[in-house]
Amino acid sequence: MNQTISLLVENKSGVLARIAGLFSARGYNIESLSVAKTDDPTLSHITMVVNLEPRVVAHLLKLLDKMIDVISVANLSDGKTVERELVLLKVRVDPSQRMEILKEAELFRARVIDVGSDSYIFEATGDTEKIEAFIELFRKYEIEEVARTGAVAMARGLTSPHRVTATGGSS
Amino acid sequence: MRMKGAQIFVECLLRENVEVIFGIPGGVVLSIYDQLYDAPIKHVLMRHEQAAAHAADGYARASGKVGVCLATSGPGATNLVTGIVTAHMDSVPLVVFTGNVPTHLIGNDAFQEADIVGITRPCTKHNYLVRRTEDLPRIIKEAFYIASTGRPGPVLVDMPKDLLLSDAEFSYPETVSLRGYRPVVEADPHQIEAAARALMEAQRPVVYAGGGIITSGASAELLEVAELAEIPVTTTLMGIGGFPTVHRLSLGMLGMHGTWYANTAISHADLLFAIGVRFDDRVTGKLEEFAADAKKIHVEIDPSEINKNVPVDLPILGDAKLVLQQLKPHLVKMRAEMPPEWHRERRAWLDQIEQWKREHPLCYDDDDEVIKPQRLIEEIARVTQGDAIISVDVGQHQMWAAQFYRFKRPRTWLSSSGLGAMGFGFPAAIGAQMARPDQLVVAIVGDGGFQMTMQELATVAEHRLPIKVVIVNNAYLGMVRQWQQIFFNGRYSAVDLSLSPDFARLAEAFGIVGYRVTRPAALADTIKEAFSIPGPVVLDVHVAPEENVYPMVPPGASIKEMIEGQYKSPKTFQLT
Ligand SMILES: Cc1ncc(C[n+]2csc(CCOP(=O)(O)OP(=O)(O)O)c2C)c(N)n1
Ligand SMILES: [Mg+2]
Repeated sequence: MNQTISLLVENKSGVLARIAGLFSARGYNIESLSVAKTDDPTLSHITMVVNLEPRVVAHLLKLLDKMIDVISVANLSDGKTVERELVLLKVRVDPSQRMEILKEAELFRARVIDVGSDSYIFEATGDTEKIEAFIELFRKYEIEEVARTGAVAMARGLTSPHRVTATGGSS
Repeated sequence: MRMKGAQIFVECLLRENVEVIFGIPGGVVLSIYDQLYDAPIKHVLMRHEQAAAHAADGYARASGKVGVCLATSGPGATNLVTGIVTAHMDSVPLVVFTGNVPTHLIGNDAFQEADIVGITRPCTKHNYLVRRTEDLPRIIKEAFYIASTGRPGPVLVDMPKDLLLSDAEFSYPETVSLRGYRPVVEADPHQIEAAARALMEAQRPVVYAGGGIITSGASAELLEVAELAEIPVTTTLMGIGGFPTVHRLSLGMLGMHGTWYANTAISHADLLFAIGVRFDDRVTGKLEEFAADAKKIHVEIDPSEINKNVPVDLPILGDAKLVLQQLKPHLVKMRAEMPPEWHRERRAWLDQIEQWKREHPLCYDDDDEVIKPQRLIEEIARVTQGDAIISVDVGQHQMWAAQFYRFKRPRTWLSSSGLGAMGFGFPAAIGAQMARPDQLVVAIVGDGGFQMTMQELATVAEHRLPIKVVIVNNAYLGMVRQWQQIFFNGRYSAVDLSLSPDFARLAEAFGIVGYRVTRPAALADTIKEAFSIPGPVVLDVHVAPEENVYPMVPPGASIKEMIEGQYKSPKTFQLT
């Protein structure tokens, strides 16, 4: 079962390698990973999706929390979260198909962000299921390239699992 | 004040009260060695960087202070790795400094470049690549803080050469601010009270104590709590010295080569009080059958160890010493209120344990013709009165020392326990002797493991360190031979060490007194004589080549399934 892990970390070199190493050392694959700095440029927010037993994830979260550069950790797999990812999908278009393709994309509120003489690039956002359905739909055309961001996730409401204090640490 | 990076480095070490560092110079750290030339810090020139890391580790284990070592880039740095992993596995506070190629050459496959930060990322508590000279004081301050607090461990600081040569303003930070690191945890008082109640109300409680007792300096508290609640104590290999070997409540060591009675007590327990331990596979054997009938309390400073291998009923996150101190008043009060039946029940459990100790003691067949390794350890214990620091290598001799020496105090047992790195024992003894110049330090090593770091005889000779090296010479990679005998039909493959050098003469080549002992009759006197020599000594003791370590829990088996030794006229280990 996929589990979504959310981490608040120092925005420094080596941090991601340390985190990824925890998974690779155990032979675990990371299904998706998204990292970028937050409103505070000294902090990065990481969302990881992994396909592991909940018990294993619970242990990994403790190991992640132990890392000096990891400020706080949370398991966002309980449903009280919002999750989005973005996909860029390049499809080859035959002039006769242009209208049909645009219509289909509209169903997913995908936007055209590049028009070539025989291609489109679409941008779509949504939860992972929607993104997968979108890609699935386009399989009947000639998909040239797909680039996905991986999920970014956040707990709903004002209760953030990531509270940063002066002395630090997660709760 | 403005200073060169190399000078800042030395200033920082002085602020951290570093008295001794172990290392080997090389190209990129020449500027540091130039500073060390007249700095009030003792530098011990080792003969291999692995030994430098092990020596720093031995220094830390014997003293409780942070051990420090230093190496050059590339091969110097990579040679440290075994020592770093050893410290990591056993939670030993080390700060490891490496030089690196100049910043502009990093990643360029420059001469003697190695990505030591990448290599050691999974085996350090934390590590740093310093990017600016002005960051050095903060990073060094943090390194010592991280290494020594919480669950200790090694921290590596990699310093490119150019940063050591350039200037920066020096001021040493007073405090550390790390928002992702909270090492101190206060145990929950409700859990403490629940634990105290469980300890008193259990009928067959056992304390399973580990390295956390030594690290937190909790051995006095452990003794108090055990006596107050009348609970027998078994220790892990890492916990040796945390509870006296000779004590009515002592069960000795548990696990693969633990005592029969420790493993049996665990299997019969209705309450397991695990403190400063990690339920390692060499301890638990088959997990499902480990203390299967016991409710489990786990006192641990590292949250990631709780529920890792064994689900626990009452986890207590906290420092072992503080938790024991918090438990004590509850136990005093509860004990005073206990009815007479409580004393009777507890007496019955302790009587049962006494009986197990009598019926299944540690023992061996002594011999007049050939020295038995167990006898050798017993003689060392007799001569040193349990007051020596015993630094062991890895193998059969390590297990015999764990079983047959009589420990009285913490920090007198140094063993690469988690990693089991052969080559550890001798250099760790060097570090221990540096930390405790007035104490007798005995390195008990195998003929195999000694040959992995015996070049350090030169270091010992140079500093006239009065270490007593006892080689338990069975002419085999003994522990491997034992496994081949038991599990591979006695097909001894690549374990014969009969063509080893004459270690006594080898010692003499280094200017160190060497003895060779082959006869049981000469053993006691030779040890006494050798140990009374004020300088270093190597004792090459030829022991029975095919003696095995028992009891033994076969790998993967339950700790109930111990193989016991078969003896004709067993000499038993006296627990008084
Ligand atoms: C660096 C390293 N290599 C290999 C091993 C595997 N190993 C464990 S015990 C042992 C034999 C040790 O022989 P010796 O030092 O003579 O000690 P003995 O068991 O004979 O007392 C070996 C090879 C190890 N623990 N460490
Ligand atoms: Mg041997």
